[in-house]
Amino acid sequence: MHAALEIKNVTHKFGEFKALDKVSININPGDFTVLLGLNGAGKTTLYSLITRLYNNNTGSIKIHNFNVRENSSNALKNIGVVFQQPTLDLDLSVEENLHYHSALHGISTVDASSRISEEIGRIDLNDKLKSKVRSLSGGQRRRVEIARSLLHRPKLLLLDEPTVGLDIGSRQMILKHVKALCKKGDLAVLWATHLIDEIDKGEKVVIIHNGKILESGDVSKVIKKTKQKNIREAFNKLVGIKT
Amino acid sequence: MKLIIYFRCFKGIVLREALRFVHQKERFFSALVRPLVWLGIFAAGFRSVLGVAIIPPYETYIPYEVYIAPGLIAMIQLFNGMQSSLSMVYDREMGSMKTMLVSPIPRWFLLCSKLFAGVFVSILQVYAFLIIASLWGIIPPISGYITILPALVVSGLMLGALGMFLSSAIKQLENFAGVMNFVIFPMFFASSALYPLWKIEETSEWLYYVCFLQSFYLCC
Repeated sequence: MHAALEIKNVTHKFGEFKALDKVSININPGDFTVLLGLNGAGKTTLYSLITRLYNNNTGSIKIHNFNVRENSSNALKNIGVVFQQPTLDLDLSVEENLHYHSALHGISTVDASSRISEEIGRIDLNDKLKSKVRSLSGGQRRRVEIARSLLHRPKLLLLDEPTVGLDIGSRQMILKHVKALCKKGDLAVLWATHLIDEIDKGEKVVIIHNGKILESGDVSKVIKKTKQKNIREAFNKLVGIKT
Repeated sequence: MKLIIYFRCFKGIVLREALRFVHQKERFFSALVRPLVWLGIFAAGFRSVLGVAIIPPYETYIPYEVYIAPGLIAMIQLFNGMQSSLSMVYDREMGSMKTMLVSPIPRWFLLCSKLFAGVFVSILQVYAFLIIASLWGIIPPISGYITILPALVVSGLMLGALGMFLSSAIKQLENFAGVMNFVIFPMFFASSALYPLWKIEETSEWLYYVCFLQSFYLCC
């Protein structure tokens, strides 16, 4: 079976500044992997390379064995993305936004309608389908973005700090929803965050700092390797935060 | 990739632009008011100042309102092209452009669809203007409403492409005001939209050639 996401030796520079330095990550189908790093660690740059918003000139990025550089169309078909910055059109309704996304993936209107009602039901926002996005709360908008990212049935879901700026209730609801999606099927998730409390035991973590991967693997393995009591202490030790 | 997938994508992009236009009532209103102000106020004031000789395609003397109507139609498309450009800069700054860029459909097709979507919206505005302009007595032959369509598509594509080029050059939304001063107004005034070019030629020959060669003149 192919890896859901296979990144090998990817380096990316902005002028002289090296934003990513020989990054390699492997995510299998069904994995919930947390990409943990401080602000400016290189998480968003990595996401931009995976989604082809930036061209990667070094190493390789494969999604279900489709190289993003050489076979971008097939690679992108398999990715669902929730960007750090909200990307819904505020002037359109929830339904119109979701139909627009479906069209961008070539899904017919009939298929899109049934998928929209399924996904919107899953996030419990049936009553907001006809509402303008502008009238939704931050948490509701995020849930709509997650529903949108799943409409084309991707095999890899990328979320870039999806809970930033949300209250505790909305954060927990979104986290629980995505983790449940991951458990149900073969959907692989790469969840970028700087919030350590979003990581549970038994999950996989990739710690990134100043563009380099410092450690990766099961949470328990990382804790053991760094000889710390929990993942927070392990992270602090790796990135050099003194407590 | 199958042709039907491209078609669905194209339809989705056009529909989104049309819905945005319809939902933004102020945009629709201002798109109509702008040319109507020129037609109702400017033309009323200038009809007695400017005498327009018989020039093709007209076979007789025409009221000034009739003369400037094609120029105002081109103005609608010019402003719409710039509006599309502004909307692209806004989308890029706000992040919604990313939704489009992560689509598996090739980017050249997405860009062309976006361009055609802008043209479609501009054509809606032009026909709305023509309906209202008929109240001023600007009533072309019925066939004129149909024969204008291909011309609108071509000029809309040209002005929309210019808007897209500008949006790639403008990095910040704040810089867009400069476009008004340095692109829209010079293009509009250095054309035959408000006065025939021979009138400019009488005053300044080099300015005549500048007007003759600039793209907006072709739209008028």
